[in-house]
Amino acid sequence: MSVSTDRDAAFLAGIGEIANTVAAAHADDVDRNARFPIEAITALREQRALSAFVPAEYGGEGVSFRAIATACFTLGRRCGATAMVFAMHQIQVATIVRHLEGAPHFEEYLRTLVAEQRLIASVTSEVGTGGDMSRSVAALTPGADGRSSFEKQAPTVSYGGYADDLVTTLRNHPDAAPGEQVAVLHRTDATTMEPTGTWDPLGMRGTCSPGFVVKAEVGAEQVLPAPFSTIATETMVPVSHLLWSHIWLGIATDAFDRARAFVRAAARRAPGEPVPAAVKLSHVMTQLSLLRGEVNTALDEFLEADEDRERLSTMAFALHFNNLKLAASEQAPRVCQGAMGVCGIVGFKNDTPFSIGRHLRDSMSASLMVANERLHQTNAGLLLIAKEV
Amino acid sequence: MPSAAAVREIVKEHGRLSVDVETLADDASLYEAGMTSHASVNVMLALEDTFDVEFPDDMLKRSVFESVASISAALVQIESAAA
Repeated sequence: MSVSTDRDAAFLAGIGEIANTVAAAHADDVDRNARFPIEAITALREQRALSAFVPAEYGGEGVSFRAIATACFTLGRRCGATAMVFAMHQIQVATIVRHLEGAPHFEEYLRTLVAEQRLIASVTSEVGTGGDMSRSVAALTPGADGRSSFEKQAPTVSYGGYADDLVTTLRNHPDAAPGEQVAVLHRTDATTMEPTGTWDPLGMRGTCSPGFVVKAEVGAEQVLPAPFSTIATETMVPVSHLLWSHIWLGIATDAFDRARAFVRAAARRAPGEPVPAAVKLSHVMTQLSLLRGEVNTALDEFLEADEDRERLSTMAFALHFNNLKLAASEQAPRVCQGAMGVCGIVGFKNDTPFSIGRHLRDSMSASLMVANERLHQTNAGLLLIAKEV
Repeated sequence: MPSAAAVREIVKEHGRLSVDVETLADDASLYEAGMTSHASVNVMLALEDTFDVEFPDDMLKRSVFESVASISAALVQIESAAA
C-alpha cells in the first residue's frame, strides 16, 4: 500500500489521526448502541475527506483511488462502521466523478460537495428484486412539468437517516425492462423517507441501515448520463468490492494485532516458558496473509485495467472482482475467529484490550452485503466461458 | 460464415428475451429486450458450440453481446483472426 504523492500522504496522515484518536475512541460505544459514528464522520468532514476523491478541477483534493482504498483499511482497523460509511460514500463519489460525462449539473454538484462536505448514501437495494442490484421495480414516472417522480421500497439504506444526498437506482421509465436502469442523485431534504423497520443487527451496527420507502420528484438533469449497467460494471461493482474488502482486511488485521498483543503479554509474564497460543497465532497469520494478498492484488489489477475502461467490462474482470468479494468476505471472519481462538476467554469478553467480538460480528456482515450465494451463482456461469482465470 | 439468421436462432433459443427476436433490428439492444447476463452466458456457449469457435477473454464483454449485429461482427473477427 505505497503512497504515490504528497497529496495522498497528507490525506492518509489525516485519516490515520482520525482513525486512531476519534474512530477508535468511540468504536465500542457506536457498536454497543447501534448508533451512527457521528464523531468520526464529523472529523472526516472537517478534514475535507468526503471530497478527497473529487478531482482538483472541481475544487476537490484529487487523491488517488489507491489512497481512498488505503483509508478504508486504516479506518477499518479502528471502527468497521466508520470505515463502511466512509467507503459507501466514496463509492457514490467515484460513481459521479467517473460517469458524469461532462454534465453541468453534476460538475456543479461536485463543487457543492467540496464546499459543504455533503454525505451521500445509496438506495440500490429494493424489495422484490431478490437482492439483484441490476434490476429495479421502481421507475421514474414522467409528470406534467417535465419532472419525474418515483417511489422505491428499499429494505436497507445505510446511514439513510444521516445522509445529505441519495443516489437511487430506478427503471428509466414506467414501461422499461427491470434491467433498464438509471441512477438519480437527489437531496434528502427534498425526499420523503419513511422508515420501514428497526436496526438492531449482529454487526456493523453503526452503519444504521434500516429500510425506507423513498419518494422524490426529480428533474431530468439529476439523472446520471451513463446507463446504470455501465456504471455498475465499470465502477460500482469493482469499487464496492475493493473498498469493502479493504475494510474487512482492516478489521481482520486489528483482530490479529490484538491476538499478537495477547501472546506477547503472555510471553512477558513467563519469560522462557513456551506460549501455546503463539503457535495458534502463527496459523492465524497464514490466513491473514492470504486475505492481504488477495486484496492487494485486486487493487493493482483494478488500477491497471482502469487505464483501458473497456477491460473493466470483460467477463474475466467481473469474475475476478466477484471472486475478490467472495474470497475476502469468507476469509475475514475466519481470521477473526482464529484470533479469538488465540485470545480465548479474554477475546470472547467485550471489555478487555484483547476483545475480538466486535471484529468477528462486523466481519460476518461481509458475506451478506450482496449475498455471496448470488455471486457464486454468477461466477459459476462465468467460469463456464472464461478462458483464463 | 455465420449468418445473422443463425445468430438470431441462437439468441431466440438461449437469450430469454421478453420479446420475439424477429421483431428486433440487427442493431437493437438485446439487453433492453430482456436478455440477462446469465442468459448471455448461455448465448455465448451456444455460439461457441454452433460455430466451433472460442471467444477470447477480451471479447467476453457486454458490448459484444449487445445486439445481433455486434455478435455477428465478433464472430467475423474471431474467424478472420483464426484464418
